[in-house]
Amino acid sequence: MAGTALRGRLSWQLAELVEAVAETPRVKTIIFNVPSWPGHRAGQHVDVRLTAEDGYQAERSYSIASATDGTRVALTVQRLDDGEVSPYLTDELQPGDKIELRGPIGGYFVWEPSEDGPLMLVAGGSGIVPLMAMIRTRAAADDDTETRLLYSSRSQDDVIYRHELKRLSGNGLTVVHALTASQPPGWTGYARRVDAEMLAEVAPPPAERPRFYACGPTPFVEAVAESLVQLGHDPLAIKTERFGPTGH
Amino acid sequence: MDELMLDGNAIAGLLQELFAVEMTTAIGTCGGCGAAGPVGAAHVYRGPGVVLRCPHCDNVLAKIVKNDSRLWIDLKGIRTLEVAI
Amino acid sequence: MTVVSRGFRGRRAADVDPARVPPGQYVTRDFPVLSAGPTPHASLDAWDFSIVGELDEPRVWTWEEFRALPSEEITRDIHCVTKWSKLDTVWRGVSVDTLLEGIETSAQYVTQYSDGGYTTNLPLDDVTGGKAWVVFAYDGQPLKPEHGGPARMLVPHHYFWKSAKWVRGLRLQSTDEPGFWETNGYHNYGDPWQEQRYAGD
Repeated sequence: MAGTALRGRLSWQLAELVEAVAETPRVKTIIFNVPSWPGHRAGQHVDVRLTAEDGYQAERSYSIASATDGTRVALTVQRLDDGEVSPYLTDELQPGDKIELRGPIGGYFVWEPSEDGPLMLVAGGSGIVPLMAMIRTRAAADDDTETRLLYSSRSQDDVIYRHELKRLSGNGLTVVHALTASQPPGWTGYARRVDAEMLAEVAPPPAERPRFYACGPTPFVEAVAESLVQLGHDPLAIKTERFGPTGH
Repeated sequence: MDELMLDGNAIAGLLQELFAVEMTTAIGTCGGCGAAGPVGAAHVYRGPGVVLRCPHCDNVLAKIVKNDSRLWIDLKGIRTLEVAI
Repeated sequence: MTVVSRGFRGRRAADVDPARVPPGQYVTRDFPVLSAGPTPHASLDAWDFSIVGELDEPRVWTWEEFRALPSEEITRDIHCVTKWSKLDTVWRGVSVDTLLEGIETSAQYVTQYSDGGYTTNLPLDDVTGGKAWVVFAYDGQPLKPEHGGPARMLVPHHYFWKSAKWVRGLRLQSTDEPGFWETNGYHNYGDPWQEQRYAGD
């Protein structure tokens, strides 16, 4: 399988920032050029390492947001006010700057076109990032696997990739938003946190043997996984990527 | 459930550093309860080192400590590890 | 080969007296939470603290009995092996000397053991003579579960992995028994001022 790089010791590479795109007030996509990038699969992540002048280092993992595209790697980063690394990546880093990065990493939370559907993606906040890589990969491959995305955000302004998701809807992709804190005037969609009832309404039934990918803060993912199992879905068909404590 | 808990894929890079192959799809059998599952679905806790726990019984599957030059790994909580090669 | 990231500082405190910072450490104003497993949630009704091992009779205190013991406010710097140090942390707790008062033992070592199975070992001398406490409050508030509550050890002259969270007792032993991290790469003694982080340091 070309470009999957599942073997071999990982090494740190220098990645140069080529472009930055503001997605929402707190979220930015940063696009790097990584010269010897072997390509990646949807759902994989990179480890990023920053070194201060006195040698102090901080390392974090970020999901890759883009479909594989030569040596280009896009990360979408949410700026945590008390974060150590995210404010640097969103506020300080300029085109031309270089950071250390290694990857692509991961084989478990990965999706490829031509896997059996139907596919159900459940995103909480910034958990949308690896799932967006899956949606973009699906689009780039012209894949028409039946795919549903249930995406929970605090408000419409916090929805990352809002316009692109609208544009990509159709051809087997259904996008359902839940806005938990505030909704725009005239909103008729879900206005509460994801719960079992919502999942029962949005997900394909267990009889269709859907595959699930759930990503977001740990408590969100935990609740979603538990609900899906209670609804009768096969636990082995539910893959999770927990981002840790809610970071706001 | 613990807010701090992550999945095994959070340490995919660390494991690949050591094993030179992607490990989160490897199937581990818990030495405590006998349940088998992908390493990517195990529970990860970060402290001075990394602890990997069985998602069914919380048994410690592995402990990993590393510095710039050495890595220590205790795998005795895993009865068997099955890896695609 | 590491490359300096232009403009990166991290979230470290500036204006710190270097004499208070052990080698290789950075000072933080946060209180990072690190763990080896799920946070235990012991009910105080079921909680007890024991001294067991090499002594004539094991001692046990219920929560009420423990809280009735003389306690003191302790202000100390703490140092985690993951390189962060926190200065002037304020705790309230019972000195280990108080817990061991009147006990006769030939033990030279002590193992701290916790809910969830964590253990860590020290020479008995390193938890006596005013060097260690079982603490139940941090910064004037009851100790939170994620920080080791209802009670944890405080042994500030060692790296903080040697201060067990969710501690339930001390085992007095004549032999040294390397604990959870000491058996997997971390230093058996762990003196931050000699930078004893890893086995062999």
